[in-house]
Order: sequence, then C-alpha cells, then structure tokens
Amino acid sequence: MTVLTFTLIMILGAFLAGFIGSLSGLGGGIIIIPLLTVILGVDIHYAIGAALVSVIATSSGSAAAYVKEGITNMRLGIFLEIATTIGAVGGALLSAIAPTSFIAVLFGLTLIFSAINSLRKKEEHIVLESSPLAKKLKLNGTYPTHDGEVVSYGTKNVVGGFGMMGLAGMMSGLLGIGSGAFKVIAMDNIMRIPFKVSTTTSNFMMGVTAMASSVIYIQKGYIEPGICMPVVIGVLFGAMAGAKVLVRTNPKKLRIFFACLIFVLAINMIYNGLNGKI
Amino acid sequence: MEKSKAMQHEKFGEKDFQAIVGNLLRYGVWISLSVAFIGGIVYLLHHGNDIEDYSVFKENDRNIFEVIADVYRGVIKGNGEFLIFFGIILLFLTPVFRVLLSLFSFLIEKDYLYVAITLIVILIIITSISFGFSH
Repeated sequence: MTVLTFTLIMILGAFLAGFIGSLSGLGGGIIIIPLLTVILGVDIHYAIGAALVSVIATSSGSAAAYVKEGITNMRLGIFLEIATTIGAVGGALLSAIAPTSFIAVLFGLTLIFSAINSLRKKEEHIVLESSPLAKKLKLNGTYPTHDGEVVSYGTKNVVGGFGMMGLAGMMSGLLGIGSGAFKVIAMDNIMRIPFKVSTTTSNFMMGVTAMASSVIYIQKGYIEPGICMPVVIGVLFGAMAGAKVLVRTNPKKLRIFFACLIFVLAINMIYNGLNGKI
Repeated sequence: MEKSKAMQHEKFGEKDFQAIVGNLLRYGVWISLSVAFIGGIVYLLHHGNDIEDYSVFKENDRNIFEVIADVYRGVIKGNGEFLIFFGIILLFLTPVFRVLLSLFSFLIEKDYLYVAITLIVILIIITSISFGFSH
C-alpha cells in the first residue's frame, strides 16, 4: 500500500474513531487503537503513540474552554497530577518491556470496562463538607451552571482518589489512552466531585499526564509521524462532527449501539492477543 | 456581585489567570497542529507514492536530546516528517508551559503549598526525561 492510500484510509478511520468517541463519551484514543491494529494491521506500539498524540490534541483543545469558564478545578488537577504523572512514567516504562500480546489483552479488558462504564447510570451526590485533608489542600471549589448560578462543592477521600488516579495514569502511560473511565471512578465515585468538574478537570490533566509518558514514547520510537498526522486530523474533525450530531440525537440509544460495537472490537483484540497475532 | 468582584481582586486575578491558561492551551494546540499539518503536506508531496509497512515496529533507543537535534536539522532542511515531529513536540510542550505558568501564579498568590505541589510535578517530568539516559 502506498503512503498516500494509507494516509487517506487512516484519516477516514480516525474520523470515525473521533466521531464514535465523542458520541459515546469514550474518547477517541480508546477506539483508534483497535481500529489501527485489528483493521489496518498497524503495530500496537505505533497505534499507542498515535492515540496519545490525538488524545492530547483533543483534550487540551476542549480543556481551554472549560478553564476559561471556571469549571475546571485547577488546584485539584495539579494535585492529582502528582499521582497520574508517576503512574504514567511507570506505565510507559512497562509498555516498553511488556510483550505485545499482554498489552493487547489488557487493552481489550480496559475497552470492555470502559464500554460498561459508559452505559452505567450515573447518580450525582454532591457533598458540601470536605474531609480534613481536602480542606488542608484547598480542594473544595465552585462552578457556574448554565443559569449563571454558582454551585459549591466539597471533596472526600483524598487518599483513595489519589491512589485510583495513579492507576489511571499508569493505564494512560501503558496504553496511550486518556483513561477517562478510571478518572471518573477516582473523582466522581471516590472523591464525590460533581460530574461537570470531574470531566473537565480530567481533560485538563490529560496533557501533563501524557507529557510524562510521551518523552519515553519518543525515545522508544512509538511516535511515527506518517501515522500520527492523519490520525490527529481525523480524530479532531471526527470529534467536532460528533459533538454537532450529539446535540440533535438521543445519546442513550447510540451509547448502547457503540458499547456493543466496542465490545466486539475488545473480544477481537483479546482473541488476537491470546493467539499472538497482535 | 459586588462582593465576588472584591474577592477576585484579593485573590490576585484568578479569572485573569484562567483566561491566560485557556488561551495558552487553545493557541498551543492550534499552532502545533498547523506546523504538523504543513509537515504532513510536504511529506505526502515527497513520499506519497512510497510503500510503507507499519505492521512491524522498529524499536528505537535514542535519548530525547538526540531526537531534538535530529528534528532541528530536519526542520531546517524542510523535511516533512521532521516538521510533523516538530509539531508533535510543540503539542507535548503546551502542558509544560501550562505547569510553569501555574507555578508562577501560585508564587504570586503566595500559596506555597501549591508551589511545592507544582514543583513535585515538574520534578517527576524531569525524572521521566532523565530515564532516557539510563536505558
């Protein structure tokens, strides 16, 4: 296959990944990897590198708006970045020595976990009172709603959230994904932070987390310019298109459909991984 | 409203800081992707008809400073692949500037706890860079 043909196919594939990613709330990175490896036959290391680049581009791009609106909790983000960066460095080092079949199986399991997580009913429990450690770290905050109201919230279980964030960072460094599903568990479920704040803060953190592993990726040769370029362009435009469609459709039915699709991809990856084909 | 405005002044322009960080992220992404996009076009013009096989991973073990020196030489020559690489490096650097900016902001606010926390994050990133030498 010539470079030109390959580039065009990849732009198209990445567009689809970004589109599905933004509709399903899974993030483009997690879909781009099975697409590149299972369907286009790209080595999983190159796929991980390209996914990481596209994840940074989309997350920094959207984080910009949320930071300006004052929804992102920057103190919380910077504090938790200690955990995610340590995890990311560990994960990236591990990914350089781990056999590809192990990475493929682990990725498949993460994919299933994320798909289930995207379907789970989410209930918000805002707490007003912070735990003593959260108070010391000034992790409580406020965010504006659509009607211009200001909602204040407290933070619980800092240690538990910090530990879970370390795991999220490790998965990010190991697999080149934003690991949104793990971060949601850390912030929404463990630390009791409102959805709006936790999703925007996790987007904000992604850049630094990825930076910590990207240095190792670059040194190991995961970043292949010929793959990264079409993937980033495709994912960005796909995500924009997805966001437009999302306003007009019922995301619930779409989510079920995409969760099934992702489940099939995950099984395929695990199967190929166990057979040593990836 | 009056009260919250007064508070913002006391907090040394938290809003201004949010605007600066927001702009940094936005322009950082657009500038780096524009560089990479130009590189992509140059690369396709020169290599569009080459046959490339990405199914085999060629592992590298180059330290980051060698890579940066290569990229620098490549960009000067107008090599498409290195232009893309340069764009990607700029993209990776955007969050680094963001961290430095917040360090600065915490210093002005005299929030030394967060100055320390930000320094720890910077230290971890530096450690990750230095891992390149140990391999």
